[in-house]
Amino acid sequence: MSTLKGFGVTFKQILKGPVTTQYPEERRPLYPRFRGRHRLWTHANGLEKCVGCSLCAAACPADCIRVVAAENTPDNRVSAGERYARIYEINMSRCIFCGYCELACPFDAITLGNEYEISEYNRDDQIYTKDMLLAEPVKKIPIEDPAIFDTPIPFYKSDS
Amino acid sequence: MEPWWISLIKAAIIVNLVMVTFAYLTWLERKGLGRLQNRYGPNRAGPFGLLQPIADLVKLVRKEAFAPSSAIVIPYILAPIVSMFTALAAFSVIPWGSGWRIYHWNVTGEVVDVPISLLLVFALGSIGIYGFIVGGWASESKFSLLGSMRTCAQLVSYEVSLALSVLGVVILGRSLSLVDIVHRQGTTLPFVVPQFVGMLVFFFAGIAETSRAPFDLPEAEQELVAGYHTEYSGMRWGLFQTAEYINLITLSGLMVTLFFSGWHGPWNLGPLWFVLKLLGVLFGFIWLRATLPRLRYDQLMKFGWKVLLPVATANAVITALVVVAT
Repeated sequence: MSTLKGFGVTFKQILKGPVTTQYPEERRPLYPRFRGRHRLWTHANGLEKCVGCSLCAAACPADCIRVVAAENTPDNRVSAGERYARIYEINMSRCIFCGYCELACPFDAITLGNEYEISEYNRDDQIYTKDMLLAEPVKKIPIEDPAIFDTPIPFYKSDS
Repeated sequence: MEPWWISLIKAAIIVNLVMVTFAYLTWLERKGLGRLQNRYGPNRAGPFGLLQPIADLVKLVRKEAFAPSSAIVIPYILAPIVSMFTALAAFSVIPWGSGWRIYHWNVTGEVVDVPISLLLVFALGSIGIYGFIVGGWASESKFSLLGSMRTCAQLVSYEVSLALSVLGVVILGRSLSLVDIVHRQGTTLPFVVPQFVGMLVFFFAGIAETSRAPFDLPEAEQELVAGYHTEYSGMRWGLFQTAEYINLITLSGLMVTLFFSGWHGPWNLGPLWFVLKLLGVLFGFIWLRATLPRLRYDQLMKFGWKVLLPVATANAVITALVVVAT
């Protein structure tokens, strides 16, 4: 008899309808503090926040950040500090999105964004250069209302 | 009597229709299972995923059908063909209409009317099992061999109950010809009413015979290696799969014919009734798959020999006694 009850249970599911999110068309809003692809920030005057200290590279457990610093000169001023990152690369295929780089950065120059669709056809394309990290993300991912989770967006994500 | 070429045309039509039914049965099953499990099922290829079977077919045909180097070549290649052939051939005796008069030929509603068609269906089913056994054996792989042993044991033990369960229908229909049995049900009630127990036994034995959930131990994809077709790939594997699904269609057609009065029904819709009933039975199979968990192997054997077989035998004996007494 309990077996027959099971048939009723399964049949009822037809009436309930499917619950699958049809992913590429409909995206569920992300948690506000979701850790996605990184981005680098600039000051309002256009100078980069990153001073090339390599603390993020030192903090990275996956060893995916490569920073080569160079001195700022008066006619080539890139960052607000003494030095700037001549090369700043993140290998996204190694990154584990732990956010330690964000914590280690003394100038809030690097943060983890909300983008998570970072698959590529080629492994080489997974290496993000400084220009790519500085640019505004192309894809817009909907974010859940921060008020629901009582999580204010950190100031460095809202203003630069 | 119709000329031979009409039978040939009908056979061609029926084979193609059965193949199309098979293709869209896979779609229906995935869709239905999805709905029963709160999912959508295939919905990417074409509207409602209707092109999914075609995409599957193209993928299977283009896939490399490699064979193990130690395989015994001729039986290895022949096995899926045998399964497929018997599965398709069994459908030829199932009546799907009352027959029509086209021009000046009488076209009957089945490919061929054999006086012992019921026995023919079971005989072809038994030959089809050879495909599964030989396929596993010729692969020269221990998992295939074990899988084919498992399949063979299950199919042979449930075939007994399957054949015994229709004995009541044969006694009531007074014929082994499916055409006669359907005609008789047109005058009386469908045989599901007097033969309800027989129908249940036939249904359960049929699930095991077509190795579907909850008796899908030959495959048991979640817990075992695939079974007799472990070493098959590409369209050879596809042929095994097709044979399995066509066996299911044939069995459902047989069930409709034997117990649900075939193409008979109000308003004389003919083949449409057959198709509707067939779809109903097929949905029953899908529903069952979505609901019941798989049996253990000893439970399977116990159920076959200790429950189904005595019930089927008792059903046949009681039917015979009642028919003789009245």
